[in-house]
Amino acid sequence: MTKTIFQLKDVVKTVNEDTPEELNILDHVDLDIHEGDFITILGSNGAGKSTLFNTIGGNLRPTSGQVIYKDKDITNMSVVKRTSFLSRVFQDPKLGTAPRMTVAENLLLAEKRGGHHHLVPRKLKGEMKRFKNITAKMNNNLDHRLNTATGSLSGGQRQALSFLMATIKKPGILLLDEHTAALDPKTSQNLMDITDETIKEQNLTCLMITHHLEDALKYGNRLLVLHQGKISYDISGEDKKKLTKEELLTFFNDIQ
Amino acid sequence: MSLIISAIGQGLLWSVIGIGLYLTFRILDFPDMTVEGTFPMGAATAVTAIAHGVNPVLATILAFLVGCVAGLVTGLLYTKAKIPVLLAGILVMTASYSIDLRIMGKPNQSLLGLPTLLSGKFLQSLPPYFDGVFVGFVVITVVTLILIYFLQTDLGQAFIATGDNENMAESLGINTDNMKIMGVSVSNGLIALGGALVAQNNGYSDVNMGIGIIVVALASIIIGEVIFGDLTMNQRLVAVIVGSILYRLVLLLVLQLGFNANDLNLISSILLAIFMGLPAFESRFHLKHVLKRGLKND
Ligand SMILES: Nc1ncnc2c1ncn2[C@@H]1O[C@H](COP(=O)(O)OP(=O)(O)O)[C@@H](O)[C@H]1O
Ligand SMILES: [Mg+2]
Repeated sequence: MTKTIFQLKDVVKTVNEDTPEELNILDHVDLDIHEGDFITILGSNGAGKSTLFNTIGGNLRPTSGQVIYKDKDITNMSVVKRTSFLSRVFQDPKLGTAPRMTVAENLLLAEKRGGHHHLVPRKLKGEMKRFKNITAKMNNNLDHRLNTATGSLSGGQRQALSFLMATIKKPGILLLDEHTAALDPKTSQNLMDITDETIKEQNLTCLMITHHLEDALKYGNRLLVLHQGKISYDISGEDKKKLTKEELLTFFNDIQ
Repeated sequence: MSLIISAIGQGLLWSVIGIGLYLTFRILDFPDMTVEGTFPMGAATAVTAIAHGVNPVLATILAFLVGCVAGLVTGLLYTKAKIPVLLAGILVMTASYSIDLRIMGKPNQSLLGLPTLLSGKFLQSLPPYFDGVFVGFVVITVVTLILIYFLQTDLGQAFIATGDNENMAESLGINTDNMKIMGVSVSNGLIALGGALVAQNNGYSDVNMGIGIIVVALASIIIGEVIFGDLTMNQRLVAVIVGSILYRLVLLLVLQLGFNANDLNLISSILLAIFMGLPAFESRFHLKHVLKRGLKND
């Protein structure tokens, strides 16, 4: 058994408290994430997937319960502090990159994720060769556009860059929120392949929200289904490997 | 000819204000109204200090620091007290009017017979109006070089990223509140510095001299952008300086056409509206192309 790196302990997030619309959008969630877990997350619209990520990322404070990283209670730690071990890729390619800064400048900033930003020269020139090698792996011409403002890249290139930025400095936890959903099928597949490779190569701990049952089955060692703020399905290891699309569909139909 | 030299000198002195506003308006990407207050505050501070026997160089630096403090207040109101940035700026701008009166003890103060940055022996030996050109050039060169250095540091890049994509900046661990506070503070420091320079060039300070400053500063930014189009960050700073000089030359032209100095605020606003509206028209009439050629070939 590998060690537990991250935990949610009885986490509740209530909205519209003390009104008739009061609702637990996270409803007593317990989750243990082990080092090296690659967890795919399914759930219909409004199931609470983004709320779960925002709780892990620190954008939302739980109404009750605890968030633990490496045995430390981080329930009240700010978003900015959490970036020292946590990185994220969002669905919208526009959210992950600075449009007026170049590809190389974005990468350089990402490499300093969670660090201090001092009044010292940024030293970009010396890194260009390395950045060229890293971006070449994305198979989308990004390596020839290192000096281009990211605002003029294609959505696929921007999203590939966002993914690179999230992994260029190894994160303790990587959150992918439907990061290929806005892309065309071919670009999406290319980024998904690279995502899988990178996670395996660097032995990253990753949570990935997806809308594709196939992707949820194909990738990762563990699969969660969220429903009405609860984890209604949690399968891993050999059981997950044996799981078929039909079984998963049946399960979905049952809970609807 | 001497009118043109004077306009160039003023353009250089005023470009400090354009560059200051550039930090908030373009890099951080929000409108900061504090500038209408920090400009006369810088003037009042420098002029009063000089009248009390302070060395003009020190008085000018003091004006910069006072401007930084005013900007700091706006930054704190905006980020910590969560007051919308437009209102936060207006609050500080309004308060600074009273502060300026406190500083000067009266609505205006002359520098007649007092030393200024422009009254050194060397500067007075230059032909008329070249003193403003020289001082403006030296100050804006130093300011621009420092800014170029700053923007290429880790801190400067974090600052740019904050204005460019706040969400991303935060997810990379950049404390965006601190970046905004720093930006508004330094920006207003520069605008107060500009106020101190303009007051010394004009020979007096007046509590009402801030009216319309934001329009003037914006004009230098927008004129530079409309003429030069896509530029790198460093080139953009230079474009603001060129824009500031061109703006002064245009005003000069307008005065030659028979308008008087009281019309300047109206004319400035009309000019700015035209330049800011250009991008909307340009796609329809390909104006930018025409404008670019028109300016390059003359
Ligand atoms: N601030 C909020 N106030 C009220 N309801 C909210 C708020 N944020 C999210 N919700 C509700 O919580 C549920 C879960 O939302 P979300 O986590 O975004 O779902 P998902 O990402 O799985 O589609 C939805 O029903 C949504 O309407
Ligand atoms: Mg969602």
